[in-house]
Amino acid sequence: MHRGSRTSIVCILLLAIALFLGPWLSPWGEEHIDWNAIDTPPSLVHWFGTDGSGRDLLVRTMAGGRVSLTIAFLATLVSFAIGLPWGAIAGYTGGRVDQVMMRIVDGLYGLPFMFLVILLVVFFGRNPYLLFIAIGAVSWLDLARIVRGQTLVVKNAMYIEAAKALGVSDPWIVTRHVVPNVMGPALVYATLTIPGVIIAESFISFLGLGIQEPQTSWGVLIADGATRLHAPWQLIFPATFLAVTLLVLNVAGDQLRDAMDPQEKGVRL
Amino acid sequence: MTRFIFRRLAFALVTLWLVVSAAFFLIRAAPGGPFDGERRLPPAIEKNLLASYHLDEPLPVQYWRYLRMVGSGDLGPSFKQKDFTVNELIRAGLPISLGVGISAFLLALLFGTLLGTLAALGHNTFRDRFLSGLASLGLAFPPLIVAPVLVLVFAVGLAWLPAGGHTSPQHYVLPTIALSLPYIAAFARLSRVGCLEALRLPHVTTARSKGLSRRRLVFQHVLPSAIVPVLSYSGPAAAALLAGSMVVEEVFSLPGLGRYFVQGAINRDYTLVMGTVLVYAALILALNLLVDLLYGRLDPRVRSEMVASND
Repeated sequence: MHRGSRTSIVCILLLAIALFLGPWLSPWGEEHIDWNAIDTPPSLVHWFGTDGSGRDLLVRTMAGGRVSLTIAFLATLVSFAIGLPWGAIAGYTGGRVDQVMMRIVDGLYGLPFMFLVILLVVFFGRNPYLLFIAIGAVSWLDLARIVRGQTLVVKNAMYIEAAKALGVSDPWIVTRHVVPNVMGPALVYATLTIPGVIIAESFISFLGLGIQEPQTSWGVLIADGATRLHAPWQLIFPATFLAVTLLVLNVAGDQLRDAMDPQEKGVRL
Repeated sequence: MTRFIFRRLAFALVTLWLVVSAAFFLIRAAPGGPFDGERRLPPAIEKNLLASYHLDEPLPVQYWRYLRMVGSGDLGPSFKQKDFTVNELIRAGLPISLGVGISAFLLALLFGTLLGTLAALGHNTFRDRFLSGLASLGLAFPPLIVAPVLVLVFAVGLAWLPAGGHTSPQHYVLPTIALSLPYIAAFARLSRVGCLEALRLPHVTTARSKGLSRRRLVFQHVLPSAIVPVLSYSGPAAAALLAGSMVVEEVFSLPGLGRYFVQGAINRDYTLVMGTVLVYAALILALNLLVDLLYGRLDPRVRSEMVASND
């Protein structure tokens, strides 16, 4: 595996471990209010400072990160659950079915998704656990295209022909032979879906429509920080965490993709 | 060609209807209503209120009434901002959102393509690696991070530019930059790859072997084909820019369309939500159509496909 992508994956794992283990190591609780330290800048007691209600920002940032990453992971699973069968069936069946299915994907591309996601979130009554379904339900389009493309390649392989000659049924071929073979590229692509999904969650929470107090996410923390600019650390810490996470995930996804598609030869002028 | 446009228009109208219907039923099914307040209204008043907005009718009747109203160009009265119709609110908000959106789009398109082309022309040199790295970095900074940080640095810290409002051109500088940053990065990547591919095309090799100047080679032969992936991403990018403007409008307190939509969704201001979704969807569909037509102008293969779809 590429060295860069290995580094970024290690980074992601370290971050996840920190986010999930961190709270046990800190003396402060997620909703614990320190009345002696309201709106205080970073210090040895509160490493990232405190927010307007005197809650420890380090613990809040980690709690927010847990929520953001969990929702992103679940939403990616949802997009996988829709995009993978959609692309595989379209690609394998071909003909009219393929045309109709891909036209639907094309049509959906041209829609104002963020608005529908927000309406779905409103419809779910701000249940944070259903936020991921709304986001996942609209982020499967690219995945469906990639899977279809891969299926078209796999479809003509000898082993598929052999399976057909043996009289294996189509659903069986798709689930047992096509899906496992398109899984690699699909997984790589999923790494590229995650940052987009994290942005979507933060975006909705930022607007005050997603995660609600006392629960938090990076989007909520950044929104809070943006209105309290007299205490810049309340913006800078969550924003840095979100940016670094997005950066690392983007780099990992790109390099995994390049590793699978080494068609990067160029001509110099 | 005209038939192609008509077919696409019909397709767009159907899509618009689907979006409006989805929005209508989703917002109606959502818990809460426009007249839920801190205090419960006396039942008689609530009944009158509902009746005056036709909210006491069965849902299908209301749906039909709404469609007929929209068909005649009327988006109805706002439920929360009394004294205003949705048409008036949109007329006030749209120019602001479009102002930010269009300037951000143009900035991203021009600057992104410039950076991408420069990177491709120096393929595998330090310049290429530096610019590509910058582009990856840019993608990690969505408006929701950039906008508050820009306010913090340039408005609060340095006090160079105003932090909010919409009365002078200076008010639009920070919102435009915040909104365009990730798209500069995206366009730079696309145009870089497009250029690298175009440089390998036979007609470019021919042109080069004939000893064309670098400038003519780039502008006449490389860029026209390199711009195609950039253009095809323009539709989705413009849609994302319009959505992203919600965050930017929130941070910079610009009273644009996005703010009305978010407020409407929070307050269950049914007509306002529907009206803004309708306008956004129409804008996005129109943009996509425009991009497809431009596409045909630039790429003869697509043009012949359009003509072929006539019969």
